[in-house]
Amino acid sequence: MGTASDIKLIGDDGLRLDGRGLDELRPIKMEINVLNRADGSSYIEWGGNKIMVAVYGPREAYPKHNQDINKAFVRARYNMAAFSVDERKRPGPDRRSQEISKVLSEALESAIMTELFPRTQIDVFIEVLQADAGTRIAGLTASSIAVAAAGIPMRDLVVGCTAGKAGGKVVLDLSKDEDNFGEADLPIAVLARSKKIVLMQMDGDMTLEEIDQAHSMIFSATDRIYQIQREALESKYTVDASQWGE
Amino acid sequence: MRKARKIMLPGDPLPEGSLKPRSGYYKTEEGYRSSYFGVLQEGEETMDVVPFSGPYIPRRGDKIIGKVIEIEPSMWVLDINSPYTTLLHVNDVPWRASSGDLKRVLNVGEYVYAKVMSVNEIKESWITLKDAGLRKLEGGEIVSVPASKVPRIIGREGSMVKMVRDSTFTKIIVGLNGLIWLDGIPENVIVAMEALRIIEEEAHLEGLTDRISKYLESRKGDIVGNSQ
Repeated sequence: MGTASDIKLIGDDGLRLDGRGLDELRPIKMEINVLNRADGSSYIEWGGNKIMVAVYGPREAYPKHNQDINKAFVRARYNMAAFSVDERKRPGPDRRSQEISKVLSEALESAIMTELFPRTQIDVFIEVLQADAGTRIAGLTASSIAVAAAGIPMRDLVVGCTAGKAGGKVVLDLSKDEDNFGEADLPIAVLARSKKIVLMQMDGDMTLEEIDQAHSMIFSATDRIYQIQREALESKYTVDASQWGE
Repeated sequence: MRKARKIMLPGDPLPEGSLKPRSGYYKTEEGYRSSYFGVLQEGEETMDVVPFSGPYIPRRGDKIIGKVIEIEPSMWVLDINSPYTTLLHVNDVPWRASSGDLKRVLNVGEYVYAKVMSVNEIKESWITLKDAGLRKLEGGEIVSVPASKVPRIIGREGSMVKMVRDSTFTKIIVGLNGLIWLDGIPENVIVAMEALRIIEEEAHLEGLTDRISKYLESRKGDIVGNSQ
């Protein structure tokens, strides 16, 4: 995939360029309710990715032809800031971000109980402040806790991770270099508990066995990421008793 | 000791046992699951998952506070702190108003305390002012809290709001949609609002009534016009 290069993505010691093992995640940090005006919001740092998510709604759907008499309309908008990548990105929606917005809307919609809010829309704004490979998955993982924080009923949280092939090996959570110079990239998002797949895309080539291996890597990684989501949500409301001196 | 109740995430299984789930859950083949990010509240026979925040959805019989945002020839359109607006027909108010002259009795920007008369499948709702205690709210202040916190503000059989009302000498009407109307001497209203803000922030913790009563006691010096 991407450009051919002489870079050795997997070192002789079996470690990757950034020193991670093959199935090791980058450090992940999440926080909810970071914006006061939004109904729900979250901020995620996943490796070098920094993404802010704001959720508004359910609110009256506009334009009116978007109103569905049976359910709410989930509209996610993925946007990369001009300064989020090395070379300035031309601001505004492009082919890539429109596609990502669409797949993220659909992934979220499968978790949200949209049938409870006919005629409304739920807006999810995903702003990528700094991009470092895997932004769609990081954005989706953050969106799902922002939607939960907004008090919108959901069947489950959505959690995702990428795997791919770099330097001839199947690796978890691709970094920027592995994404650019690796052989394949496979982002998957699932419902955290039931493990039903809500998003799956692929770029590049992998054999069936490699895809199986990538799958199982991702599935076990989503459990770890789900725990981070849990902690992010719970920590906002768990109160340290000593704080009151009681 | 401040004890936090059990926090639930969407998809978390409800504890199995004799308690029947009542709200905030959905059913799967494996059992009951939480549909909200909120706290588990266990009653004597039932349990609920109460979300930390979230929109208000009108239900028949709810007494709510609404703000007039638009006037049509024979009805008012009201904002009720919800994704949906609601309608008040001229036949459902206690005043005589001729069609086309509705703003004489109730104008845009004014608030009413009303009851939800009916809600249909697509969440269109109609409210009425024709019942005991329902009225137009003149003067006073409006504050808004998430609708899910209202039961905590009201307290068991109205105990919490009664306590705030009695110790601040303020008139308080709590709408189930999360809008709260307060009227009284400004200094007292401020103390009442602060007490409500604390209830809102700590709604998920145990022992709230004691803390609010201590808080109101500590602010006694700021209360003006003790009626005794």
